[in-house]
Amino acid sequence: MITESFLQEYWWFIISLLGGLLVFLLFVQGGQSMIKSLGKSEDEKQLIVNALGRKWEYTFTTLVTFGGAFFASFPLFYSTSFGGAYWVWMLLLFSFVLQAVSYEFQSKPGNVFGTGTYRTFLFINGLLGPFLIGAAVATFYTGSAFAVGKGNLVGLGGVGPVISQWQNPLHGLEALFDVRNWCLGLAVLFLARTLAALFFVNRLDNEPLVNRARKYVLYNGVPFVVFFLTFLIWTLVAEGFAVDPATKVVSMEPLKYLNNFIQMPIVLVFFLLGVVAVLYGVIATVFKLGFKKGIWFAGVGTVVTVTMLLLIAGYNNTAYYPSNVADYQSSLTIRNSSSSLFTLQAMSIVSILVPFVLAYIIYAWRALEKKRLSIEDLKTDEHAY
Amino acid sequence: MELLNSSLLEWSRAQFAMTAGYHWLFVPLTLGLGIIMSIIESIYVKTGDEKWKKAAKFWQLIFGINFAIGVATGIILEFQFGTNWSNYSWFVGDIFGAPLAIEGIVAFFLEATFISIMFFGWKRVSKKMHLASTWLTVAGATLSAYWILVANAWMQYPAGMQFNPETVRNEMVSFWSVALSPFAVNKFFHTVVSAWGLGAAFVSGVSAWYLLKNRNNDFALKSIKVSAVFGLASFLLLAVTGDGSAYQVAQKQPMKLAAMEGLYDGKEGAGLIAVGMLNPAKKIYADNVDPYVFKVELPKMLSLMGYRNTNAFVPGINNIIGGGYALPDGSTALSFDEKKARGQKAIEALANFQVAKKEGRDAEAAQYEAALRENYAYFGYGYLTDAQQLVPNVPLTFYSFRVMVIIGGYFILLFLLLCWYNYKKKVETSRWLQYVLLWSIPLAYIAGQLGWVVAEVGRQPWTIQDVLPLQAAISSLPTGNVIITFTLFALLFTALLIAEVSIMVKQIKKGPEE
Repeated sequence: MITESFLQEYWWFIISLLGGLLVFLLFVQGGQSMIKSLGKSEDEKQLIVNALGRKWEYTFTTLVTFGGAFFASFPLFYSTSFGGAYWVWMLLLFSFVLQAVSYEFQSKPGNVFGTGTYRTFLFINGLLGPFLIGAAVATFYTGSAFAVGKGNLVGLGGVGPVISQWQNPLHGLEALFDVRNWCLGLAVLFLARTLAALFFVNRLDNEPLVNRARKYVLYNGVPFVVFFLTFLIWTLVAEGFAVDPATKVVSMEPLKYLNNFIQMPIVLVFFLLGVVAVLYGVIATVFKLGFKKGIWFAGVGTVVTVTMLLLIAGYNNTAYYPSNVADYQSSLTIRNSSSSLFTLQAMSIVSILVPFVLAYIIYAWRALEKKRLSIEDLKTDEHAY
Repeated sequence: MELLNSSLLEWSRAQFAMTAGYHWLFVPLTLGLGIIMSIIESIYVKTGDEKWKKAAKFWQLIFGINFAIGVATGIILEFQFGTNWSNYSWFVGDIFGAPLAIEGIVAFFLEATFISIMFFGWKRVSKKMHLASTWLTVAGATLSAYWILVANAWMQYPAGMQFNPETVRNEMVSFWSVALSPFAVNKFFHTVVSAWGLGAAFVSGVSAWYLLKNRNNDFALKSIKVSAVFGLASFLLLAVTGDGSAYQVAQKQPMKLAAMEGLYDGKEGAGLIAVGMLNPAKKIYADNVDPYVFKVELPKMLSLMGYRNTNAFVPGINNIIGGGYALPDGSTALSFDEKKARGQKAIEALANFQVAKKEGRDAEAAQYEAALRENYAYFGYGYLTDAQQLVPNVPLTFYSFRVMVIIGGYFILLFLLLCWYNYKKKVETSRWLQYVLLWSIPLAYIAGQLGWVVAEVGRQPWTIQDVLPLQAAISSLPTGNVIITFTLFALLFTALLIAEVSIMVKQIKKGPEE
C-alpha cells in the first residue's frame, strides 16, 4: 500500500540513485582534472576535451536534477544544508559555472581569456567538483553543526525568524576539519579520475593515449581504494545517528551503519556486488591488455555502491543529515524533513517518466558513440571544441 | 519579533536580482533563436536546399555559444533558493520544489540529450532524426521555461495550497491549481513569446549587418524571410499576453498595478498613462506631494485593461493602504493596519498552537488553529512594521513598464514594415532599414529585462504574495559572506559575458559557410 512512509522511502531511494548516477557521471570532472597531464600534445589534449565535451551536460543536468529532486522531496534538507553549509555549496556552484562555458568557449576565436584559461577552469571544476561532493556527502555520516526550530518563524526561538540556524561561523568549511570527510572527498576525486581513465580506454581511438589511460587507472585506482576503505571501515565501526522509531529521539548508536547493512542484507549484497564490479573493472583494465569494457563494470558498480551507501544513511531509522554539535534532535530524517504526502504522491507520478528519460539518453548516447573518437574525427567535425 | 539585519536582506536581494538579470540576458535568445533555427532546418529538410542547411548550422553555432552561458548562469538560481532563501525553501518548498524537480527530470534532460545530437549528429543520424533533435532541444528549453515560470507565477499568486501548522509550512493540495493557474499560463506565454520576439530581433539585426556589409546576402535574406514573419507574430502575441498579464495583476496584485501607473489615489474610469514623468519630490505615499510632473493619459484604458470595464474603480496606493473601498467580489478592502493586525493574530495563533501542541493541550491547539486559519490570508502582514514597506519602488516600476510597452509597440511597427519590405523584396536595398534593424537588437534585450523589473520589483516586499515577506524568507548568514559571493558571481558573470559577446561577434564576422 502506498503510505507516506513508503513514499518517503521511495524518494530516499530516488535521491540515492540520483546520487549514484551523479558520482558515476563525475568521470567527466575526473577527466577534466587530467587534460594537461594525460594529454601530451595539443592534439591529444583536444581529443580528451572533445570526448568529455560530448558528456558534460549529463553530469551537469544530473546535478541540477539531484538538487531539484532533493528540494521537492526533502525540502528541510534543502533549506538547512544549502542555507547553512553556504561555502561548500557556493564553491561547488562556482566551479560548475566555470565548467559550463569552458567546453564551448575554449577553442573559439575571440574567447578573450585564451584556451589555457578555460582548461584551467575545467581543471578547477575537475578537482573541486568531486572533492566537495564527496566531502559534503561524508557529512551525512559525520554530522554538521546546525539547529532546526520551526517555532523561530513565529518568534519562539529568540533568534529571529529563520528556522534552520547553522552553528559554525565557517558555514560549511568546518567540514574540512574532519579527516573522515577528507577521506570520502578524496575517494570520490580519485574514483572520478579512475572512471575517467576507464572512459578514455573505452572511447578513444588513439593508442598512446589509451595506453597512458590504462596506467592512470592503476595510479588513481589505488588511492581511491585506500581512501574509500578508510572512510568505509571508519564509518562502519564508528557510532551512527540512530532514531528511535517510537519516540523519534536521535541518539548515538555504536556500529550503527554496520548494523544497517546487517539488518538490510539486500542492501549489503548489492553494495558488495557494486564494490566487486568496480574492482573488476579496474583490475581487468589494468591487467588484461585489450580489455576496454572496464568503464561499464566500474560505472554500474559505482552507481550501485553509492546508492546502497546512501540508503544506509537514511533507511533503518537513521538520521541522514545529522546535527552533531548543537542538538541531535535537530537531525534530519526521511520522516521529519520530507514533503507532504500529496507532494510525494504527485512527484512519484512524475518519476514514472524516468525510464522514458533513460531510454532516450541511451538512444542518444549510442547514436553518438557508434565509433571511437579519434584526432582525425575532430578535423572533420565542425562543432569540435 | 527580532528580524534579521537589513543589510543582509539587501545583499541577498541584490545577489538574486543580479544573477537572475544575467540569466535572462541569455535565456530569451536560446528560446527565440531556437525556434528560428528549427524552422530554418525544417525548410532545409523539406526543400533539400543546402543553403538552408548552412543557414541552420550557422544559427545553431550562435545558439550553442549563447546556450552554454545560459546554462552557466542558470545553475546558481536553482540552488540560491536554498543557500540564500532557506526559510522560503522550507515554508513553501512543498509546493515550489515540485516544479523545479519536474523541470530537471522532464525538461533539462530532453534539452541536454538532444542538443548533443544537434551539435555532433549531422553525420551520425538521419536528416529527419537530426531535425527532430533540434526541435526537441528547443522543446526541452521551452518546457523548462514553463516549469520555472509556474514556480514564479505561484509566488505572485499562491494557489492550490494549505497551511499546515504542525509542519509550519504550506502544503500542496492541488497540483493542477499550481501547474495550470491562469497566472502561470499567462506568464508562460507572455515570457516565452517575448523571448521569441528577441530571437527575431536578433536574427533580423544580425542579418541586416550582412546586408549592410554586402556579404552573405542570400543567407541574410533567407534568415530575414523567417524572422520577419516570426517576429511580427511574436510581438502581436506579446501585446495580447501583455494585456492578459495586466488583467491578472489587477486582480491579484493591485499594488503592483498602482506602482506601474504611479497611481496614488484610485478612481473610477481610470486612464492609462501613455507617457509621463513622476515627481521626484514625492518620497513616501502619505506626503501629499503631486506624484506627476506631467502625464498624457489614454482615458479609461486602465479600468478597461485591469477590470474589463471602462468605469471600474482602480485602487491607488493610498486606497490599498487605507482600505475601505469596494472590491470586485463586493466585499470591502481592509486597510494595511487591519491586515497587519490580522497577520499578527495569525502569527500569535501559530505560536500558541505550537506551545499547546507540545504540552498536549489539544483542545486549545484546535482553537488556535481555527484562529490561524481565519487570519492566515494576511499572515505575511504580521512581519511588516510600517505601511510604507508595502509600497514597491514606484519610479522603477513605472518607468520600466512604460519603456517596455513603448519598445514592444515599436517592434510591432518595425516587423510590420519588415514584412512589407520583405514581401516587396526591398530589404536588400533599404540601407536605412538595415541600420534600424541592427541597432534595434539592444532594445529587445532592454525590454526583456524591464519586463522582469516590473514583475519582480512591483511585487515587493513579498516573496509569496501576502504570505511571506522578504525579511522572513532569507537565510541566516553573515552579511559579509553574501557580499563576497555577490562580488564573485558579479565578476565571473561579467567576465563570461564579455567573452560570450566577443566570441559571438567573431563568429558573426566570420559568417556562415559559403
